[in-house]
Amino acid sequence: MSAQSSHGNPASGLAAAAPAALQHQFADLEQQRESATLGMWVFLITEVMFFGGMFTAYLIYRVMYPAAFQGASQHMLFWAGTVNTAVLICSSLFVALAVHAVQEDHRRLLVFFLLLALLLGLAFLVIKGYEYHDHWVNHKVPGASFQFDGPDPLHAEVFFALYFLMTGFHALHMVIGVGLVSTIAFLAWRGRFSPAYHTPVDNAGLYWHFVDIIWIFLYPLLYLIGHRRLW
Amino acid sequence: MAETIVRKRTYLVVWAGLMVLTSVTALVSCINLGQWNAPVALAIACTKALLVALFFMHLRYESSKIVWVWVLAGVFWLSVLFFLSMTDFLTRQFLNVPGK
Repeated sequence: MSAQSSHGNPASGLAAAAPAALQHQFADLEQQRESATLGMWVFLITEVMFFGGMFTAYLIYRVMYPAAFQGASQHMLFWAGTVNTAVLICSSLFVALAVHAVQEDHRRLLVFFLLLALLLGLAFLVIKGYEYHDHWVNHKVPGASFQFDGPDPLHAEVFFALYFLMTGFHALHMVIGVGLVSTIAFLAWRGRFSPAYHTPVDNAGLYWHFVDIIWIFLYPLLYLIGHRRLW
Repeated sequence: MAETIVRKRTYLVVWAGLMVLTSVTALVSCINLGQWNAPVALAIACTKALLVALFFMHLRYESSKIVWVWVLAGVFWLSVLFFLSMTDFLTRQFLNVPGK
């Protein structure tokens, strides 16, 4: 029953709601959606392996120099890491609710939740920037000006190098995520998504949650090593 | 095979669980458990990651087996990366080889 199927698409059960979104190589929107979801997961698994290398480096050095890592971790801003964990979890909730909103055809709610997630993503980056500034003024950036008065300063510097590497790549992913969610929010505002077609919202959501999961592991590994004083 | 619409309530319960686990892991890190601080923190992190993957990322409702194949392959190769690397670094002192 669709005008678009004149290009020889044999699928008669084509969803009539948004046939314009259907690319010619797929039989129907369902198959198109499943392919896109699979593609996104494949990409996320490559991301897992990308971060996996850094986590392995961390694991090896932590096993080799546990005391240095424990000492260096005491110089993390505990409150900032904890608040940022909560910020990312809340932003993930809003992204999940955004997917729910588009499935239920609430366009305004979709845009609203995406903007909330965006705001929290930016809040995360601001807090992270504040932390980086704190490390900078306290000479905790590896290099010529690095100072550390605990035991084993050489390997404390290794900890900070890994810290900046891992949180830096995570922050880069957050910046990309903010750009992605902005784009999706703009397209949603223009009315591009419907219950029948909203794969870009789903896939941007998958990316956002993945970046959240990376932080879920970075938080205990960098901020919660060993026993610490409260605040 | 239509996609599942997860109830809002489910999302909110999972979110509450994640927030509680975050508070727990932050507070537990202030108690001295000796060797056990790291395993406890990592166990909580794994639980949180699993919650996010299963519910927020809809893995629990994923009917496509090939997605599961990819996810499990990712977990498998990540374990290979960790465990086989550590078989080297944890066993170097077993033999008294110079320049370990």
